[in-house]
Amino acid sequence: MNDKGKIIAGIIIFFVVATFPFWFNMFVEKTPAPELVLTAKAQAAKVCVRDTAFMKANHMQLLDEWRDTVVRKAERIYVNAEGKEFNMSLSNTCLDCHSNKAEFCDRCHQYASIEPYCWDCHIDNPKETK
Amino acid sequence: MNVKYFYSFLAVLVLALIAWVGCDLLGLQVLFGVILPYIAVVVFLVGFFLRMMDWARSTVPFQIPTTAGQAKSLPWIKFNAIDSPFTTGGVVARMFFEVVTFRSLFRNTRMRVNPDGRISYDIELWLWLFALAFHYTFFVVILRHARFFLEPLPLPFEILEKIDTFVQIGQPVISMSSFALLGTVLFLFVRRVYLPNIRMISLASDFFPLFLIFGIVFTGIFMRYFAKIDVTAAKELTYGLVSFNLPSLAKMQGIGSIFYIHVFFVSVLLVYFPWSKLMHMGGIFLSPTRNMANNTRAVRHVNPWNYPVNVHTYEEYEDDFREKMIEAGLPVDKKE
Repeated sequence: MNDKGKIIAGIIIFFVVATFPFWFNMFVEKTPAPELVLTAKAQAAKVCVRDTAFMKANHMQLLDEWRDTVVRKAERIYVNAEGKEFNMSLSNTCLDCHSNKAEFCDRCHQYASIEPYCWDCHIDNPKETK
Repeated sequence: MNVKYFYSFLAVLVLALIAWVGCDLLGLQVLFGVILPYIAVVVFLVGFFLRMMDWARSTVPFQIPTTAGQAKSLPWIKFNAIDSPFTTGGVVARMFFEVVTFRSLFRNTRMRVNPDGRISYDIELWLWLFALAFHYTFFVVILRHARFFLEPLPLPFEILEKIDTFVQIGQPVISMSSFALLGTVLFLFVRRVYLPNIRMISLASDFFPLFLIFGIVFTGIFMRYFAKIDVTAAKELTYGLVSFNLPSLAKMQGIGSIFYIHVFFVSVLLVYFPWSKLMHMGGIFLSPTRNMANNTRAVRHVNPWNYPVNVHTYEEYEDDFREKMIEAGLPVDKKE
């Protein structure tokens, strides 16, 4: 075919689109990995409801289960593997220790481009500083 | 048991096992998370370029557009500008709708013999529907992955994410495209196995990409909703790959092996892509039956294979024999 010019132009356009993340990040200031700030209360408690690795990966599912248990079964007490009891509440339990939403919750959520709809309601808690 | 799909399935299973053993037992996260993805991207781009240039160099001896409408002829006959394009504009329009809406597939028919022996052709749209759904959901899934590679995420990607997850089921919220993609891949596989005539013409190279894509989607869904991984750590790696700023080995090892299986599958797909039927992504634009205008009566298509032929034109013939022709009383174009 004598359309080599057009074909090469098409390939170049495709390559520019396909490598978009590479050159996009060259123009934009690089974002460092988020560093979480633990409040004094969280540091003193040492352990969250479950271990850190579990909480990092599964906290959203745990909160979802908590919501369903509280709303549908009216059971408010969560007992973890160590036998410790917690009140199943995002505002009153989670945000009690992690009262620094901006330096704790939001940093990772922003980094991973997630906007959880939890905050649609749980935003008026006085313990939480935005 | 059909050998073709069994071996393809086995191949994908072995790939998963390789990544799992490599990461979980041997601790080769750097190999599966960094080195292989980089190699895969380079092989994909170079391979894609080579295949396209191979096609670009190929001869197109004849003007062979397939037509599905009235060709342009006499001025009072209405012609179909898209299905039988006469101009480059018509070709562009035809190609655009071909790529975006799969019009050729829409014309799919299935022949059947009626009880009385007559043959009828039925319109058969399931393949078109699921093929379209498959390609679009795959596209959306790829675009959604921008959130692992870009920081900050541009607005269009955020909007797409919002639309895709608007049902707000569960936590993390279900994205519809992933499950639609899984469903369409399954359909395309079942179609190849269930219909005897399609099974007959299906090769291992048809099943392997289906299994591989199924593996990618399955591991993706599995790690998002079931075997959770540390998303922040995963993004540190993927974002590090495209911004050349890799996280520490300890952080890489903190991500579950399911993530590396997913990434390994994608790497294999990228390496496999340029040398397989998946190249129809670029090849569709170079299909002579679709990208040529149906204007052979107006524009001459020169076959590059033509060798120079010494012709003796009528004018030359007349020059040779003019006097004799005039003597014999034959009409001539030029009279000295």
